[in-house]
Amino acid sequence: MTPRIPDDLLTQCMHCGLCLPVCPTYALTGMEKSSPRGRIRLMKSVMEGALPVSHEFAEEMNFCLDCQACETACPAGVKYGELVESARVLVDENRPLTLKKFILRYIVSKRPVLKFVAGLLRVYQISGIEKGVLVLLRKLSSNLYARALLMPRISRRSARATLPETIESQGNSRGTVAVLTGCVMDVFYSDINVDTVEVLVRNNWKVVIPRKQVCCGSLSGHYGDSELPKRLARENIKVFEETGALYYVINSAGCGAFMKGYASLLSDDPEFSQKAARFSSKVLDFSEFLFKTGYEIPQRAIGKKTVYHEACHLVHSQKVSKEPNAIVSQLAGTNICELNESTWCCGSAGIYNIVRYEDAAKLLERKMENIIASGAEIVITGNPGCLAQIDAGIKQRGLPLKVVHPATVLNRLYKSEEI
Amino acid sequence: MITEALKKKLKEIFGESNFLDSPEHRIAYSYDGTALLGALPDAILIPTNVEQLSRLMKLANEERFAVIPRGSGTGLSGGSIPSENSVIILMNKWDKIIQIDPDNLTAWVEPGVITGRFQSQVESMKFFYPPDPGSSQICTIGGNVAENAGGLRGLKYGVTKNYVLGFEAVMPNGDVMHIGGKNTKDVAGYNLKDVLVGSEGTLCVFTKILLKLIPIPSASKTFLAFYDSIGRAAETVSAIISARIMPAMLEFLDNPTIRAVEDFSHLGMDKNSGAVLLIEVDGPRAVVDEDASAIAQICKSAGAVTVRAATDNAEAARLKAARKSAFAALARIRPTTILEDVTVPRSEVPVMVDFINETAKKHAVQIGTFGHAGDGNLHPTGLTDERDKKEIEKVKEVFRKLFAKAVELGGTITGEHGVGLAKKAFLEELYDSPYIELLKTTKRMLDPNLILNPGKIISVEPRCEGALPRSREQIEKATRNMDNPSEAYF
Ligand SMILES: Cc1cc2nc3c(=O)[nH]c(=O)nc-3n(C[C@H](O)[C@H](O)[C@H](O)COP(=O)(O)OP(=O)(O)OC[C@H]3O[C@@H](n4cnc5c(N)ncnc54)[C@H](O)[C@@H]3O)c2cc1C
Ligand code: SF4
Ligand code: SF4
Repeated sequence: MTPRIPDDLLTQCMHCGLCLPVCPTYALTGMEKSSPRGRIRLMKSVMEGALPVSHEFAEEMNFCLDCQACETACPAGVKYGELVESARVLVDENRPLTLKKFILRYIVSKRPVLKFVAGLLRVYQISGIEKGVLVLLRKLSSNLYARALLMPRISRRSARATLPETIESQGNSRGTVAVLTGCVMDVFYSDINVDTVEVLVRNNWKVVIPRKQVCCGSLSGHYGDSELPKRLARENIKVFEETGALYYVINSAGCGAFMKGYASLLSDDPEFSQKAARFSSKVLDFSEFLFKTGYEIPQRAIGKKTVYHEACHLVHSQKVSKEPNAIVSQLAGTNICELNESTWCCGSAGIYNIVRYEDAAKLLERKMENIIASGAEIVITGNPGCLAQIDAGIKQRGLPLKVVHPATVLNRLYKSEEI
Repeated sequence: MITEALKKKLKEIFGESNFLDSPEHRIAYSYDGTALLGALPDAILIPTNVEQLSRLMKLANEERFAVIPRGSGTGLSGGSIPSENSVIILMNKWDKIIQIDPDNLTAWVEPGVITGRFQSQVESMKFFYPPDPGSSQICTIGGNVAENAGGLRGLKYGVTKNYVLGFEAVMPNGDVMHIGGKNTKDVAGYNLKDVLVGSEGTLCVFTKILLKLIPIPSASKTFLAFYDSIGRAAETVSAIISARIMPAMLEFLDNPTIRAVEDFSHLGMDKNSGAVLLIEVDGPRAVVDEDASAIAQICKSAGAVTVRAATDNAEAARLKAARKSAFAALARIRPTTILEDVTVPRSEVPVMVDFINETAKKHAVQIGTFGHAGDGNLHPTGLTDERDKKEIEKVKEVFRKLFAKAVELGGTITGEHGVGLAKKAFLEELYDSPYIELLKTTKRMLDPNLILNPGKIISVEPRCEGALPRSREQIEKATRNMDNPSEAYF
């Protein structure tokens, strides 16, 4: 079946242009075709047969960060995220295998391969080769050097390998929750997974980390793969259902957004549609979960100036904003600062910062300027992509700043550790 | 079509990279905020200086192609929609605030400056630029001047033309002209400034604009007053005006609009209300307090169910932002929203509102109405689906009746969005011929070859006319249909 972009979704856009000011790619170029409204018009033309799935069309769909800021801004309720994702499916079907497709299809979504690649990278990082390469790159090309900085440290061991499958709650159990360890999260930030689990356990939850869980499917989904994400979704639904958990707590905004969307992803699947709806209704972001169920407030507050950067997949896709903001304000107390344009994309956007490095770098520049202007010493954000991107920004500029996940902050405060 | 030879000349003027004609670019500049209208330009040009524009105009006169200026494309009368055989010039790239002069309370800006950005810039310096169209977050000053845009503060502070002191413009023959200056008084010559402001991109291209600023009011207060029925809200409007109070804002939303806006902005408005008024008073603190309590009193005696004041500036800003989303939010109900812009003398607002609702009911079409009730400027919005041709016909019929009624009540067919393409048929239908002739003469005089945004506002010649012809055949057909203006509409 040839993929289609639903006509009803396209017609919903009444081209008022109110989404233009929030669109980072429109801000970069000032060109209508790089705006949400322009992209929707292009999609409509493709569906009407007035435009082929051209190279320029494909470029535009991939230039879009899928940050969904336009969806938040749109008074008409246009589901832009769904539109661009179906447009990418269309593009994908019309394109040969690209590097991006290769990474997503054959590395990220296959755990053994990902583990193997991560192993190689770790050897590269700890053996001193990386240091040498960085010194060399710094001399040869500032551009390549900056790119190399994007690579976060590979965690020593994945949380899934170190933590048991079931961890009992600290006090009287309030129930069972299941945790997704995530692909990127567990390779680069397994500590955050450990922090997440420890925070949950401390708040009297019994935690299950299903061994058989697979990649949530978001990375390949956002880049236009149509079948793979569905397969992964079915797998996860089965695995998580078996845990009997009350909630599925997700500490990566991108994964959470995608898993909340399993319901619509599988709505046409006769066997899975109901299960998917039930599954999605149990998915909560880490901060959303804590806000909803209540949590122990640590004795001490964050001792440094703190800002909160709102990850696109949390604020725009999941519409989760008040919860993490409330938590971060509570943890920082009087040290909370205002971050200008806190909901503006940092340029990470999945693997956008790798495949479209230059554009991402400009967005990062804007983000870093705002962070610096806020006077913050700590940046808190709930998505691994943002963590890596902002961390690279900090390193490039040699700033005395730290970027951390809320789970890490909370766990360290519980343990009275330095942040 | 633009020939290869002409393309070469255009590239010589603008440079290779500022000449765009890929299908993707052309499609992206084929529309503006207006429903149902659209046409492809032949090319898009990004000018970088005035000389280029001047050379472009000369070339256009020689080669007879059309030039369409474009700001952000939020226009609601089809003003920046391409005509046949045309190039678009992108003015949104000229976005510098050149100078803010505190001593003379003026500012020089480039035409592509976003209105909202300009407002916050001057407000941070304790100045005020009142024109505040609902699209202020993205529309350009150039587009505002070209359309003589109104907005939420029109009642007390007037519209864009009241703040334009002068400008630099490229005329259709390629001349670069300067008009006005920082003087608050200036009567040298005919008042041609006001002819060009609001000329909808058909008489000149604004390249630099001098704006008047005023001191920012020291205090303000914002309210929402909810009503069971539209009638009572309309009566409140008359009552406030006749009580000699001049609010900065007196905006109105009916029930369908309230529902749509609430779904988007979650302000906690009662979705069952028949109507709501958004009222703001501003000025010195004491005056604000006095006006505010008088207004609250008037609202209650006119039958408001609840009157709610914003507790702080942030809430006031949220209320206003929600009002600004009204038009787009209505697209939640039906995908195609055909927004109209009738204006009647303030005292006739209740009559007009009743007429809108009766006519909609009679023809079984859905209409949501909101608008700047304080200045009689209403936006009845047809809620429909462009794919249902029959229904579109019905909506068109209803609007024809609304325009006629507005004119009958001493009103007009557009209060702020302009005539453009969307309403030119009605202009000629509803106004007397000496006026129409004068418009045509003015256009012919300044632009004899009809190269600047032709076919908008008035039909000077059967060229680039009618319902946006895309092919030669369609042009001929449209030309034949000029006797029947309704055919040319939509
Ligand atoms: C949600 C929404 C709310 C709106 N609310 C209001 C409102 O409250 N009040 C109101 O008055 N309008 C309103 N509008 C209409 C519209 O925003 C205004 O007409 C605005 O002035 C258009 O500005 P623009 O930059 O988008 O111009 P465009 O739409 O690009 O162009 C409008 C016209 O100006 C001409 N033009 C643009 N730049 C130049 C230039 N530099 N020199 C010469 N001509 C030029 C174009 O040729 C065209 O004819 C609203 C529109 C939307 C979508
Ligand atoms: S996506 Fe929404 S905000 Fe953007 S132009 Fe379309 S209707 Fe307007
Ligand atoms: S998703 Fe982000 S980048 Fe893409 S069109 Fe919307 S606002 Fe622009």
